[in-house]
Amino acid sequence: MSAALPVRRFDAIVVGAGGSGLRAALELARASLKVAVLSKVFPTRSHTVAAQGGIAAPLANSTEDNWHWHMYDTVKGSDYLGDQDAIEYMCRRANEVVVELEHMGMPFDRLENGKIYQRPFGGHTQGYGSAKMAMRACAAADRTGHAMLHTLYQQNVRANTQFFVEWMALDLIRDPQDGAVVGVTALEMETGEVHILQGKAVLFATGGAGRIFAASTNAFINTGDGLGIAARAGIPLQDMEFWQFHPTGVHGAGVLITEGVRGEGGYLLNKDGERFMERYAPNAKDLASRDVVSRAMTTEIKEGRGCGPEADHVLLKLDHLGPEVINLRLPGIREIAIKFANADPIREPIPVVPTVHYQMGGIPANYMGQVVVPEGASHEAIVPGFYAAGECSCVSVHGANRLGTNSLLDLLVFGKSSGEQMAKDIRAMPRPHRNLPKDAGELSRARLARLDGASAGERVAEVGADLRRVMQAHCGVFRFPDDLAKGVEKVKEIAARAQRSFIADKSKVFNTARVEALELDNLVETALATVVSADARLESRGAQARADFPERDDRDWLKHTLWYKEDNRLAYKPVHLKPLTVEAFEPKVRTY
Amino acid sequence: MEREARERLRWKCRRGLLELDLVLQRYLERNPQDAELSELLDLADNDLWDIVSGRNERYDGRLSGIVARLRAS
Ligand SMILES: Cc1cc2nc3c(=O)[nH]c(=O)nc-3n(C[C@H](O)[C@H](O)[C@H](O)COP(=O)(O)OP(=O)(O)OC[C@H]3O[C@@H](n4cnc5c(N)ncnc54)[C@H](O)[C@@H]3O)c2cc1C
Repeated sequence: MSAALPVRRFDAIVVGAGGSGLRAALELARASLKVAVLSKVFPTRSHTVAAQGGIAAPLANSTEDNWHWHMYDTVKGSDYLGDQDAIEYMCRRANEVVVELEHMGMPFDRLENGKIYQRPFGGHTQGYGSAKMAMRACAAADRTGHAMLHTLYQQNVRANTQFFVEWMALDLIRDPQDGAVVGVTALEMETGEVHILQGKAVLFATGGAGRIFAASTNAFINTGDGLGIAARAGIPLQDMEFWQFHPTGVHGAGVLITEGVRGEGGYLLNKDGERFMERYAPNAKDLASRDVVSRAMTTEIKEGRGCGPEADHVLLKLDHLGPEVINLRLPGIREIAIKFANADPIREPIPVVPTVHYQMGGIPANYMGQVVVPEGASHEAIVPGFYAAGECSCVSVHGANRLGTNSLLDLLVFGKSSGEQMAKDIRAMPRPHRNLPKDAGELSRARLARLDGASAGERVAEVGADLRRVMQAHCGVFRFPDDLAKGVEKVKEIAARAQRSFIADKSKVFNTARVEALELDNLVETALATVVSADARLESRGAQARADFPERDDRDWLKHTLWYKEDNRLAYKPVHLKPLTVEAFEPKVRTY
Repeated sequence: MEREARERLRWKCRRGLLELDLVLQRYLERNPQDAELSELLDLADNDLWDIVSGRNERYDGRLSGIVARLRAS
């Protein structure tokens, strides 16, 4: 018999210290609640630090703008899969949360009159999709995410938020009586001990899982832990088939090459040296929208016109622009190409592939951050004590496709609203914590015992690499029916291998191999959810593009997918087509 | 360097920017025990990337050795 796990009690537990987790924690700490924030890495090393483009808010500082136009753009961008009540909520609170951030000391770029500078961004329009761009993106140079993360971190330190840095959440603890979430287990990396953190409200803000694909712009920490944990605890994952790809990630590395390169006159070539975008989009050519360019690239590769010994990428040519343009107008690009592609773009083209960038799906939540699941007659029964915000959640404001700069906004709005809701719910609860269920922590303990007891098995790095390869080949930007069906089987095989994962180093103290083995479990759950959901959705919508069903099908598929780990089961629920106060934006036929 | 210190350093190389993950992973594979690296890793991600990529040359001179090694890797 092993001793009971040590227990620590808090009012609220926030797992994740990116933009969404920090915004929620701040709300809770300012409400004088006892809040613990867990993070695998130092908070300001969360992936939010990578966001460059900006954060959307219809402040109308430079052009006319309003929340209703922003709402229209978001609904349309989502390809009508976004929930219109949540989208209205987000757009109506956008100005408030951005101005608040400004008052916290966020160093936004400014206009001469002192107001926040705003720039145009793809998909941001005036007057419900007119040709006139809205200037809606607020930025702090090319470091918006960095500035936001540091600002929020400082505020939390001041508000006495308690941080548990290099603590990895492992599993949820639910009360079998009513399914309420009453805490998490977590591995303290420093000691290798597993602890129980008990709370009256638990928020997941664990970010995305972009590392399930071989080609990813995401940092290594984006392993979908929150998704894996939720799935193991019986919570379904919503709309996981929808992943946004960026057309130009460096082949073999993933690092993003900005659209600006093509804006300046760079273009794509296949192995015959053909500028193939002229065939796919005769007018816009290489500047066609992200999904069009990504699909064209995939088709070229699929039909054998890819470059390199594996014929698995295309080339981005920009040497014709000359060194002045490259050095002056595209700062940083040359360094990236040399470092990660071994190609100096002044002389030679950069090998690129469509690269996964953002996860639209996640843990199903409403716009107050409450996690909701089907139960009895309800599609959306609240799971008491459980909340989700940020990229790991599916609220769903991004639907089938996210509008640029809406993610940072989502972090602030829903970070704040979940913090508010948690504070309200905690105050309504009896003072003492509930009793923990008898088997609290058993699942985590069993997982670790298996890992520590295994004297042979599958290597974590190999299984992970195989998973990423399979996902890229079978469930990438352009989806083919046979590929998807085979992909489901292959990911299942990989999932079985992951159950036999093995680490040679069994030390307790600071064992990164153990952490990576635990991350692998979460990657596998996320990948399974993705490929099974994609295989089942027989239409093309937003980021899901199927060769065999090229059209959107509102009659049969205007609905959200829910994937359950148990039996790989799928269920569906309706989209919220009714906004809070305004008329619905009816789904329109896509015009090309 | 003992195992624990090496492991700590390895985890400190998990960053928010993919660019850094890649450079640091590559470097660590060849030099798993470079104690000088640790101090550099205390920098914020974007500041560190500016130095490693050569966009910023005005950094603490004591770090020039490790910066040169990282840039070369
Ligand atoms: C290159 C790039 C550029 C982007 N640019 C923009 C942009 O300009 N505008 C925009 O709106 N969006 C942009 N995005 C998207 C946006 O940056 C992300 O969606 C957003 O930052 C995610 O924030 P988050 O709070 O959900 O999670 P993250 O910032 O990813 O934070 C996750 C947190 O969870 C913690 N965590 C994870 N698992 C565990 C665990 N098991 N235990 C404990 N802690 C855990 C991590 O340590 C981390 O603190 C960009 C994305 C990329 C990749």
